[in-house]
This record gives sequence, structure tokens and C-alpha cells, in this order.
Amino acid sequence: MSRGRYGEYGGQYVPETLMNELIHLENSYAFYKKDKDFCEELDALFKEYAGRPSLLYYAEKMTKDLGGAKIYLKREDLNHTGSHKINNVLGQALLAKKMGKSRLIAETGAGQHGVATATAAALFGMECEIFMGEEDTKRQALNVYRMELLGAKVHPVKSGTKTLKDAVNETMREWASRVDDTLYVLGSVMGPHPFPMIVRDFQSVISKEAKAQILEKEGRLPAAVVACVGGGSNAMGAFYHFIPESTVKLIGCEAAGKGVDSALTAATIATGSVGVFHGMKSYFCQDEFGQIAPVYSISAGLDYPGIGPEHAYLHDTGRAQYVPVTDDEAVAAFEYLAKTEGIICAIESAHAIAHVQKIAGSMDKQECIIVNISGRGDKDVAAIARYRGRDIHE
Amino acid sequence: MSRLQEVFGKGKAFVAFLTAGDPTAECTVNYILKMEKAGADLIEIGIPFSDPTAEGAVIQEASLRALRGGMTTEGVFHIVEEVRKRSGVPIALMTYLNPVFHYGYEAFFARCRSLGVDGIIVPDLPFEEKGEAEEVAGRFGVDVISLIAPTSMERIRLIAKEAKGFIYVVSSMGVTGVRSQITTDIAGMVEEIRAVTDTPCAIGFGISTPKQAGEMAHYADGVIVGSAIVRLIEQYGEAAGEEIYRYVSDMKAAIA
Repeated sequence: MSRGRYGEYGGQYVPETLMNELIHLENSYAFYKKDKDFCEELDALFKEYAGRPSLLYYAEKMTKDLGGAKIYLKREDLNHTGSHKINNVLGQALLAKKMGKSRLIAETGAGQHGVATATAAALFGMECEIFMGEEDTKRQALNVYRMELLGAKVHPVKSGTKTLKDAVNETMREWASRVDDTLYVLGSVMGPHPFPMIVRDFQSVISKEAKAQILEKEGRLPAAVVACVGGGSNAMGAFYHFIPESTVKLIGCEAAGKGVDSALTAATIATGSVGVFHGMKSYFCQDEFGQIAPVYSISAGLDYPGIGPEHAYLHDTGRAQYVPVTDDEAVAAFEYLAKTEGIICAIESAHAIAHVQKIAGSMDKQECIIVNISGRGDKDVAAIARYRGRDIHE
Repeated sequence: MSRLQEVFGKGKAFVAFLTAGDPTAECTVNYILKMEKAGADLIEIGIPFSDPTAEGAVIQEASLRALRGGMTTEGVFHIVEEVRKRSGVPIALMTYLNPVFHYGYEAFFARCRSLGVDGIIVPDLPFEEKGEAEEVAGRFGVDVISLIAPTSMERIRLIAKEAKGFIYVVSSMGVTGVRSQITTDIAGMVEEIRAVTDTPCAIGFGISTPKQAGEMAHYADGVIVGSAIVRLIEQYGEAAGEEIYRYVSDMKAAIA
């Protein structure tokens, strides 16, 4: 078995052209993660630029309303650029700089990761090119302009289904044509090794902080940690430091779209099977011949036909549980959190809120739940309005 | 010596690629026979995949056309079956790992052996990962072809030592597709390979003109042409037979 395995999952299923670069990246990361200067610089960026640590907020009204476990929100939405994506991007951009790279490329779905990457590139004075499905550039025109404001060049991807998976394909093709000065800043805990490990490590700051914060506030560990899962980076970050704590339930919320029994879904664990795609062995939505299936979710950030390999492993071993949440449930939760707590969260994060609404009431009042608010919802307001039949344009 | 190696034992070999089911299964069978008649020494049949990440626009589009037309892994085996009724031309399959993984390694390679498919090219299966498929393929006498890229450097010897059938020398960075110029130090790469193995080398990626083919054949035991043929199929559709025949004849003549 090759490097970068989580049980049977993970690996490095990429063209030979990229292999030396992946090995170089792995070696560089192994060196810098132990390098004092690197760690201090990243720490400073987290504190001074991204605004970390993010708050662990006690959602008192929501707790009272649901009538069970105490609910805490980990506020990744308050980070600079509005989501958890910045944690990984600052880490990878700093690593790229240390490696002598001058150009960052990345895929993006809704645009959050693209905006974060463009932001880091601007900060470090690097060139930046973002690949985004043509459909998504239309749905998220504001984010396209935002990336351009930050100095990035945005390429609409016209191949395949013109969405996130095609953007990943195109970024991989671009990287294979130019590796010397370029790092592919992968946006989730997916792709070939070492990306699932690197992205997890940079995102694990979420659970590192949350664990200390909950112990300080409650004097004990949470009964459950809940997060939404597409590729799975915010969930992996939120879970990581709780994995050794066997009393803490880890729950990932997948985008079920119109429902797991419909063709319009992106719930990989619920509807997918094991396969090899985008450089990794994991679960994927696919047909009987291994052709990758078109997926659907109201949330562009969860609209991906796979899941990171470490999640596949946590699922198989039973350490984490993955549950489907539909568009309808997510939209209702989006509105609920806005009205109950005055927080407009990302539609992705609303999938996690929806599940908390289902489970909190039946839990003991002494228990607590941490739910990761992976991003803010400004980007989704127009889409939610349209979902409710109000034609608002950004 | 494997059957694939023998392909390269009779002078410079011309390896011709097309995507199965583009535009139809019947056309693919006919085009394969035309290419053989025109002098192609090995036919590389692409099993279309929804997300061909090592492919340029021409083969991406062909894959999507084939899938839209209903082509499946099973359908590709039927095409080979039809070809085998009329020809013993050496055949290798090209696809991504997922369709093979999903079909099941045992079932897939058993099918290959029964149809006289001698090799498989899987661009997303690098040296480190090839073990799981190669173990099964080997039992059925199917060679998993190794690729060596311009970035392989010190990996060249590692890969070449274990290579079976022939070595696919990737001429250029990036993805498949027609290129006006190939700037990689091919001679240097082949020299590195030759230092550790006698396994034949075929150069692919970017070759489209007889002139390029002639130059590349000079460095190696054969050339592989894909996008240029697929482009003819894209252009002429079900009436591409004569065009393909003429093109392959010219290319074969250029490397002889």
C-alpha cells in the first residue's frame, strides 16, 4: 500500500507527471511543520490576519427553544473572508512561499475557497488563477468579481458538468502543465496524498480551539460535534482533536439535495460506493460502471460527488456518523438560525444546524453539542430568496 | 517476451488510439480494422471515463460523446469481441482506474485475456499504486503499462526497471493533445530508460504530423498518436474511415 492511507482509503492516484511534485510537497511539509519560524508565522497570520481564535458561542435561545442539550456554535463564519477556508489557505500559501513558489492555483465551487486563495495570494504577492465551473460563475457572479478585485484570474470551466468536480479536473490539468513555480492549493481534505493530511492539519485548529474553549466554559467534553460535509474539510478540522475522545460523537451532515432516494443528491456516504477518483480511493457517487455521477445540492460548497478519505475511514470504523440533510431542511435551518440567534450562516453550515434541530431536544440538558458554523451566509441570501420564490439579484 | 513487446520487435511501431463508441460502436470496430490495414501495429482503445483528468479537450469531448451514446465498459468488450471475429491485431485498453476498479480487477482482466487484450494503460495509476491492479493483471497475462513523464527524473530508473510490455514515454507536460512543438529532452529520457531495461519505449502526447512522428521514432521504438485521430473522427463522424486510413498510412510511412 502506498503512502497517505486511512485504512484502505486515500493514496496517490495521479498521473506520473505530478508524482515528483507531490513527493516534494510531502517532504517540504514534513520539514516546515516542525520548523519554529514556519509555525510562528502561521500562528501570527491566524491571530493577526484571520482573526483567530474564533469564538465558541453559547446559543442560549436555540438551546431553550429545542429544550435539550446546550448548543455551542464554533464561529468560523467570523474569520477573515467569511469561512474556515482561510485556515487551510494561509497554511498552504505560506508553505508555497517557503517552497519558492510564486503562483497559486485552486478550484472553487461556491467561490469561498477561491476568494480565500485569492486573498492569500494578494497578501503574499503571488500570482493566482482560480478554476470555477461555468455554471457556478453564473450562480456566484459576485464571488467572481470579488476574486478579480483581489487580483486573481478566474477561468470559467466549460467541460463536463461545468461545476465543482470539473473545476478540480481542470485545476489538476493546469498543475500537470506547470508545476515548477505553482502550488495547487487544494480546498478540501481530498485529492492525492499529502493533501488530505495537510488540509486536515491546517483545519484542525478548529477542534484544538474548540476543545480548550468547551473545557473552559463547561469543564467537560461535548457529547457531540456536528459539522457539514462536502469534501469534508471543516468537519475534519472540527472532529480532529476529538477523535481520541471516545465519548464524543462525531456527526457529519451530507447534502441530500432533494432526498437520498432522488437522483438529485450529493450525499456520498448515503448513496455512493467505493471508488478511485481525483487522486484518492474513497466513497463516490457513481454509476454501475464507475462513471462519476452528476450530483446536486442547493449548496454549491457541498455539491461534490466524493468525500475525503479520512471521513471514509471514520465512517467504516464507526467512529463518525454521516447523516443526510435535504435542501428543504437546510433552508429551514438557515432561516431558523437567523431568526433565533441573529446569525446568517452559510447554507452549507445550515445542514449541520438542521441535524442539531433533530437531535438536541432528546438529549440531556447536562450535555452539550458543538456545531461548526463553517461560514457566513451573505453569499447565499439571493439563492435562498429565490428558493422562497422572491426574485432577488445580487 | 510478452505479446506487446513483440509488437515493437519488427521495426518502429505505430500505436493508434481511439475512444470506443465515438461516434458509435460499429464505427469503432470499422476504424480499428482500417487502422490495422493502414499499418497500425497496436490499437489503443479508450474506455470512456466521465472525468478524464489527463486528457486535453479533444479526447475529453470524445469521451463525453461516447458516454452520451451509451458506451459502457461492457460495450467496449463487445467492440473487442467484434474486432476479434475479423482480426488478431494487438490491442491495449486505455482508461482511468475507477472503471476497472468498479468492474472488479478479476473480472476485468479475465475478460481481457479471453479477448486477447494484451495491455492496459491507466494514466491515474502511478508506480506507487500499480500493485493492486498489476498483481491481478499479471495472473491473466495482461501488462499494466508504465508511464514516464518529463518530470520523472530520478524516478525513471525505478519505473523502467519494473516496466512490462512497453514504456509509455510522455513527451510533454500537461495533458494529451496536439502540439506544434515538443521541447522535452526525449533522447535524455530514453537514454535513462535504456540504462536499466530493454523494454521497448513508445512516445506519446502531442504528436500529430508525419514530421513529428519521424523525429520521435528516431529516439524510440514507436510513437503513440491519439488526439489527431480522434480529431478526424470528431470532424468526419461516421464517415471518417478513409480519412483515418490515409492519415495512419502517412504516419506509418513516416516512421518506417
